[in-house]
Amino acid sequence: MAEMTVFLGPQHPFGHGLWTIKATLDGEVITDADPIIGYLHRGWEKECESRLFPQIIPMSSRLCYGSSLTWEHLYAKTAEELLGVEVPERAKYLRVIAIELCRIQSHLMWLAALGTDLGNLTVFLYAMRERELLLDLMVKLCGQRMTTNYPRIGGVRNDAPENYERDVLRVLKHLETKHKEQIDLNDNSSIFLSRMQDIGVVSKAEACNMGLVGPSMRASGVDFDVRRDDPYEVYDQFDYEVPVRKEGDAYARYSVRIEEMYQSAEIIRQAFKQMPEGPYRVKVPRAAPVGSHVARVEDPRGESLMWIVGDGGRTPYRLKVRSPNFVTLSLTKKLLLGYRLADLPAIMGSIDVCMGETDR
Amino acid sequence: MYDLYSFSKDIVDLILWIVCGILRTVLNINSFCDWLESDNVVGVLVYIIQAVVIFAAIFIVCLTMIWQERKTLGRIMDRRATQVGPLGYFQNLADGMKTMVKEIIIPDSADRMAYDWAVTIVIGTGVLLAGMVPLSDRFFLADYGTGLLIIFAIFSLAPFAILIAGWAQNNKYTLIGGMRACAQMISYEVPMLMILVATVLLAGSLNINDIVAAQQDSTWFFIPQILGLFTFLVAAVAEAERIPFDLPEAEAELVEGWQTEYGGMRWGLIMLGDYFRGYVAASLGVIMFFGGWDGPYLPPEIWFLIKVFIIFFGMIWVRGSLHRIRTDQILNIGWKRLLPLAILNLLVVVTLKVWGVY
Amino acid sequence: MISMEEGKKDFIAAPTEEQIVQNVLAKFPDLVNHRATKTRRVYFKADIDVLFSLCKYMRDEMNFVHCSCVSGVDWETHLGTVYHISNYETGIMVEISVDIPYDKPEVDSVTPLWNGANFHEREAAELFGIVFNGHPDPRKLLLIEEYDFYPFRKSFKPAEVR
Repeated sequence: MAEMTVFLGPQHPFGHGLWTIKATLDGEVITDADPIIGYLHRGWEKECESRLFPQIIPMSSRLCYGSSLTWEHLYAKTAEELLGVEVPERAKYLRVIAIELCRIQSHLMWLAALGTDLGNLTVFLYAMRERELLLDLMVKLCGQRMTTNYPRIGGVRNDAPENYERDVLRVLKHLETKHKEQIDLNDNSSIFLSRMQDIGVVSKAEACNMGLVGPSMRASGVDFDVRRDDPYEVYDQFDYEVPVRKEGDAYARYSVRIEEMYQSAEIIRQAFKQMPEGPYRVKVPRAAPVGSHVARVEDPRGESLMWIVGDGGRTPYRLKVRSPNFVTLSLTKKLLLGYRLADLPAIMGSIDVCMGETDR
Repeated sequence: MYDLYSFSKDIVDLILWIVCGILRTVLNINSFCDWLESDNVVGVLVYIIQAVVIFAAIFIVCLTMIWQERKTLGRIMDRRATQVGPLGYFQNLADGMKTMVKEIIIPDSADRMAYDWAVTIVIGTGVLLAGMVPLSDRFFLADYGTGLLIIFAIFSLAPFAILIAGWAQNNKYTLIGGMRACAQMISYEVPMLMILVATVLLAGSLNINDIVAAQQDSTWFFIPQILGLFTFLVAAVAEAERIPFDLPEAEAELVEGWQTEYGGMRWGLIMLGDYFRGYVAASLGVIMFFGGWDGPYLPPEIWFLIKVFIIFFGMIWVRGSLHRIRTDQILNIGWKRLLPLAILNLLVVVTLKVWGVY
Repeated sequence: MISMEEGKKDFIAAPTEEQIVQNVLAKFPDLVNHRATKTRRVYFKADIDVLFSLCKYMRDEMNFVHCSCVSGVDWETHLGTVYHISNYETGIMVEISVDIPYDKPEVDSVTPLWNGANFHEREAAELFGIVFNGHPDPRKLLLIEEYDFYPFRKSFKPAEVR
C-alpha cells in the first residue's frame, strides 16, 4: 500500500505548542516521524547578552510559563555562582517551597492536557480546577499567577505573607484527599490502561544515551534525580522518595509524574517545619568577574542546565540554556516508530511537551 | 382512533374549505377546486402536513436532547453549561443563528459533486430515520409492515456516504477519519441485527406496533434479553459515534475527523444529523427493550420521550467519564466481544420460546 | 548500574573527582588541561584533535553515560564548543572546552557516542557556523533555510533600541 505523508502541525490540538511532526503513514502505522521545531525561536540567548544581570530574571520565566519559577531559580543560581554570592538560609527554604508548588502545578497542567488528548474532558476540568488553588497560592506569595518573577540574585523578592503556611497546608491536604479520588478516574479505567500501556517503550540504555531526562527517564528504570544526587539549595535536608518504574512505557511515565506530585507535597511540609528566621535577600555586586560557571536543577520536565560566561562587565558574555524538552523531542522518531497514528497523542502526552523552552 | 392522520386530514379539510370557498364564490373557478378536493390531491396534502408536524416534533425533541447533553455534561465536569434563556434552553437557537451566518469555505480541489451529495445523504438518512420512528400508536407517519428492518437498513446507508465524504474533501485527515468511521459503523451493525432477530422472535412480527403490543401483553423485553440490552446499548453508542467510540472524530489527532472541511450550516446540519441518529438509536432501544410507549396515566407520547431521555442520559454519563478507545480496539470489541454476546442472547431467547415461557 | 560496557578492564562505574583527573591526565598527557575541580564538577580544556577519543574514553571507561549539553561560543579571536557530560552514579558533571579556529571551523561530532547531543550540535552549527564532522543529520533546526548568516556570532549585532 502506498505511504502517505501527513503534517501534524503546526496548529494542531495535540501539539501542546507550536511544532510539526512530519509523519509517514502506512495505513495507520507510523513508519517515519520527523520533528520540525523552531517556530518559537526568539534568539533568547543573544538577547541576554545585552541585558543587565537582574533584567534577565523576568526573561527567564518566559522560557516556559508552566514551570516559570524553576527557570528563574536556575538563572538566579547560575548568576550567583558567577558573582560569588551566598544566599541566606531562609531564602533557600522559600525558594524550595515555591519551586515545589510550581512543580505540582506544572504536573497538574500536564494531566489536564493528557486528558484532552485521550478524549476525556472531565479529567481536564478537574485538574485545572485543582490547579487554580495552587495559582492562588502563587498570587499570595509572588503577586503573579504564572510568570512569577520571584527569585532574585541573592535571595527572593519578598518574604512569605502572613498565614501562608496555613493556606499551603490546607491546599496540600485537599490535593491529597479529594484529588486522589479524581486520579482514580484514570487509574481504574481499563480504557485508559489499554491506551497507555506498552506504548512508546524506551529502554534504560536508550534513555541514558539518547538524552531522555526527568520523569520520563525515571519511568525507564534510571534512578537519577538532580535534587537527590547533585543537591542544590537545601534539598539534602529533606527525606523524600524518588519514584522509579521499570517498564518505560507511557503508563509508567504517567505514574511517575502522579507520584511526584505527592512527594513534592511531602517536601513542602518538611520545608515549612525547618525554615529558620532571618534575612531573605543579600546585596549583590553589579559586575561579574571573568570566568564561566554552570548550574543545573530538576525542572518538572527533567534536568535543566544553564552555562554562563562573565567578561568583567555588567552583562553576561554568553548564556547557554539547555532545556530538557529540546533533547526529548529529538527522540520523536524512536518513540513513535512502529506504533499507530492513534497512539500518537498518548505518547506525546506522556512526554509533556513545552515549546517555549525548546525553541527559546 | 383519533391519530395523526385524522388530525392532518382535519387541517387539510379546513384549509381547503377556506381556499375553495373563496375561489368558488368570489372568483368562480370550479374545475380547479374540484381537482383540489379530489381524493388523490387531498391524500398528498395530508401526508405533507403529517410530515411537517412529525419533523417539527422530532426537531424540537432533538434540540432538547442537545440541551440535555450540554447541561448534564457541564454538571459532570463541575461547571454551569448553557446560559442563554431559561435554564439555558435557548442556547441551541443562538448557536444555530451563529452557524447560519458563518462564512462557508470550500477547498478548491475538493470534488464538488461528491462533497455536496455525500453529506446530503448522511444528513438525509438521519432525518428520514427520525421521521420513521413512531412516538406512539397514533403519532406516526406510516404504519409499514417491515418495521424495524427497514430502519436498520437505512441506518447502514450512512457509512458509505461518510467514506465518500471523507475522500471528497481532499484532506488526508478526513480520509483517515472517513475510513475509521466506515469500519467502525459496519462492524457494529452486525450485533445490532442479531439482537433485532431475537426481538422479532419474541414478538412474532417486525412491525413496531406489534412489538410494543407484545411487550404490553407480557413483560418488557429487557428481562429475557438482559444480555441483548447491554450489547445493544454499547453498539448504539458506537453507531452514534460518541465518546468512548469517537475516534473517527477524534480531536486530538484528526481535528474534526471526516467533517473537517465542512463549514457553516453544512457542519451545523451534520451535527444535527448526528443527534438525529443518536435519537433513533435511543428510541430503538426503548421500543425493543423498554416497552415503547407503554405506561400508566400519562399520554403514550410523553412516556416514550421520557424513556428516550433516560436512555440518552445514560449515554451522556458514559461520555463524561470515559476516554476514547483506539480504532483497532474498537473493532476488536465489536467483532470479538459483542457479536458472541448477541448470539448468546439469541440462544437464550430461542430457549425461552421453545419452553413456552414467551 | 547504568553502564554501557560492563566487564571491560579499567572500567570505573562511580569515579570520584580525583580519580577522573588522574586517569584523564594519565591517558592524554599533553593535550588536556585540567582547569579546576569543585564539588561534583571537573573542568577540562582539550585539544581539538583529541576531543573524540577523550569523550569515548569518558563514556566507555568512566561511565559518563549522558551528554547534558553542547554549547557553541564565540570568543572573538576564535570559536569554541563546550561539552557538559554527566555520570549518573555519582552526580558528577565534567566540562570539556575546545577552541576552534575561525578559518577552519570544524570539529568532530560526538553524536555517534551520545545521541543526546544530536539537536545541540545542529543548533550550534546553524547559529555559529561550526561544522560537526560525522553528524548523521546536519540540517538547520531552529532557523529557516534562507538565513545565510550566523546570528549568534559577536559580529552580528541585533537591531539597536531607538
